[in-house]
Amino acid sequence: MRARVLIRPKAGILDPQGVAVERALPALGFVGVGNVHIGRLVELDVEDVSQLEPMCQKLLANPLVEDYEIIVD
Amino acid sequence: MKFGILRFPGSCDEVDALNAARRVGDAELIWHGDRDLGAADAIVVPGGFSYGDYLRAGAIARFSPAMESVIAFARDGGLVLGICNGFQVLCEAQLLPGALLVNANLRFTFRQVQLEVLSSGGSFTAACALDERLSIPAKHAWGRYHVDPETLAAMDTRGQIVLRYAPGENFNGSLHGIAGVCNKAGNVFGMMPHPEHAVDELFGGSADGLKIFQSMRMSVEGVPASA
Repeated sequence: MRARVLIRPKAGILDPQGVAVERALPALGFVGVGNVHIGRLVELDVEDVSQLEPMCQKLLANPLVEDYEIIVD
Repeated sequence: MKFGILRFPGSCDEVDALNAARRVGDAELIWHGDRDLGAADAIVVPGGFSYGDYLRAGAIARFSPAMESVIAFARDGGLVLGICNGFQVLCEAQLLPGALLVNANLRFTFRQVQLEVLSSGGSFTAACALDERLSIPAKHAWGRYHVDPETLAAMDTRGQIVLRYAPGENFNGSLHGIAGVCNKAGNVFGMMPHPEHAVDELFGGSADGLKIFQSMRMSVEGVPASA
């Protein structure tokens, strides 16, 4: 199975990359942009999708500071 | 006493840590693939970019064979010092609370920083006075310390916040200016600045970092160190 894991900074934790991009977009003429956050995308093939949750907990994300979302295609 | 200094692929400060440790005791390098800690009395997890810092700094290094032994060593009460990337590894290994995030200014920054000793007399600051200032270089891009508010309050009560950037020195945006923390038991300590780079006044004008290594020796041997 093909799976994607979206990893995002937890709400409330300063995301300076998101802030930098949010400031850059209006400078390029894109208006009405807000709440920009930057995370990571991990794409992988897995035989047993039940392994994805422990993979995220143990390695792919740091649950102290990141939220993750598992999407199985 | 004998220090064991870990060396991962991508470490770059292990030799300075080795030389710093040798000013106060014996020291040997330990390759990341070895489980044998060589009868070391204390472990230093050094700075650098272990395993390329892929995924997150320290995320992969913490599963190395040597780290498995270090985790067991720490749980048995052994002294473990993590410097910079080593601090990140110890947080990823959950030997220390919290996490290190990208600097608020998004820049890799190298500068001499002034640190305040908030908790003296422990295994890593026995050679320091309370509120003493240490001048030590810092160099990192991912050094913004973060921990949840409940844990922070408990750490504060227990004296786990050992080092703080002096006013005006918190260049990375760390929560409460935290530069170094220890675990509940006080035998595991991590700090972002590099004490191993401040062991001789000839280089950088400060030997304050030596106090961290001297403190560890005092803790292991129960006698004051003579450097």
